[in-house]
Amino acid sequence: MGASSSPKLSGMQKQVLSLYRGFLRAARSKSAEDRHKIESIVSGEFRRNSKQVDRKNFLYIEYLLRRGQKQLDQLKSPDTVGLSSLNVSVSETIDPKP
Amino acid sequence: MATAMLRRALPRASALSRFTRARAHASEAEAQQVEQKARASTSLKTFSIYRWTPENPTKPELQDYQIDLKDCGPMVLDALIKIKNEVDPTLTFRRSCREGICGSCAMNIDGCNGLACLTKIESGSSASTITPLPHMFVIKDLVVDMTNFYNQYKSIEPWLKRKNPPETKGKEVLQSKKDRAKLDGMYECILCACCSTSCPSYWWNPESYLGPAALLHANRWISDSRDEYTQERLDAINDEFKLYRCHTILNCARACPKGLNPGKQIAHIKGLQLSGPSTV
Repeated sequence: MGASSSPKLSGMQKQVLSLYRGFLRAARSKSAEDRHKIESIVSGEFRRNSKQVDRKNFLYIEYLLRRGQKQLDQLKSPDTVGLSSLNVSVSETIDPKP
Repeated sequence: MATAMLRRALPRASALSRFTRARAHASEAEAQQVEQKARASTSLKTFSIYRWTPENPTKPELQDYQIDLKDCGPMVLDALIKIKNEVDPTLTFRRSCREGICGSCAMNIDGCNGLACLTKIESGSSASTITPLPHMFVIKDLVVDMTNFYNQYKSIEPWLKRKNPPETKGKEVLQSKKDRAKLDGMYECILCACCSTSCPSYWWNPESYLGPAALLHANRWISDSRDEYTQERLDAINDEFKLYRCHTILNCARACPKGLNPGKQIAHIKGLQLSGPSTV
């Protein structure tokens, strides 16, 4: 992602980046506290998926793009004040400890 | 004489006994046949159902489920519910009213779009394929993303628009029986998306072409005697893509589970575009 090497991005990569940018822009319209929270959740989600998702799994990436776009549309509405996420750790739920 | 008779009777008797033995054989065979028929009438049918889940993002595949039709309701939706209840609770599909009035369970059954609750299970064949509506984005299994479809419906402004307030304030705008009859064949639409997703023209231009369902509703409001924005409505969809991507393929009329003919309604709009609404 170095600006000096100017990597050639595929259409899908551009879509992902523009979605990310859209989220940051939408966050700007919220209160300072919410904005910070939204930015941390969004960047966390994008970074996690960038590591986890196979870059050749176009079907899934397109699905995530559509889902993200829908969430962004909801976030853009002035009625939406913030964003929150719920983390369910799989290891915790499976843990047989009483 | 007697011996002769005996002699003659003997072979007859043996023949008789052979006959009865043969009968016994026959009844055994018959019993076997009946058994086979019984086995056949427990008629197992294989449903190949499209599976894809975002939680395990591999390639989508068809998963086979065997269902005993004797132990299952007559409709495809009954089979799906049975599979979900008894075989695989992870199978995902939309359903609500189970009587063809909500339009939730639209899917592609053996290559034809239709409502699972109104489509009988074909008992003649031993296999059936169920996939989501074609050319729609899949959210999970048989559930598709209807956002674009609903946005197109919204874009035709499906509500009564008046320039003048009603004659008596706070009262309904009345309509003659004849004017009401003009809405038959349109108001029944339940927006199940069977027609739009069966239209090849809609497949290639899902964003720009409104599709048969939205255009049918556009015509419903254009034809409404109480609506006073007829010309504006006509102008709004007078577009090479929005309206004129309809090439009267008429897959919509074949697919419609409510027996409507969206193609005819689109032709009506096209006629009005040429002649103007004054000659309705």
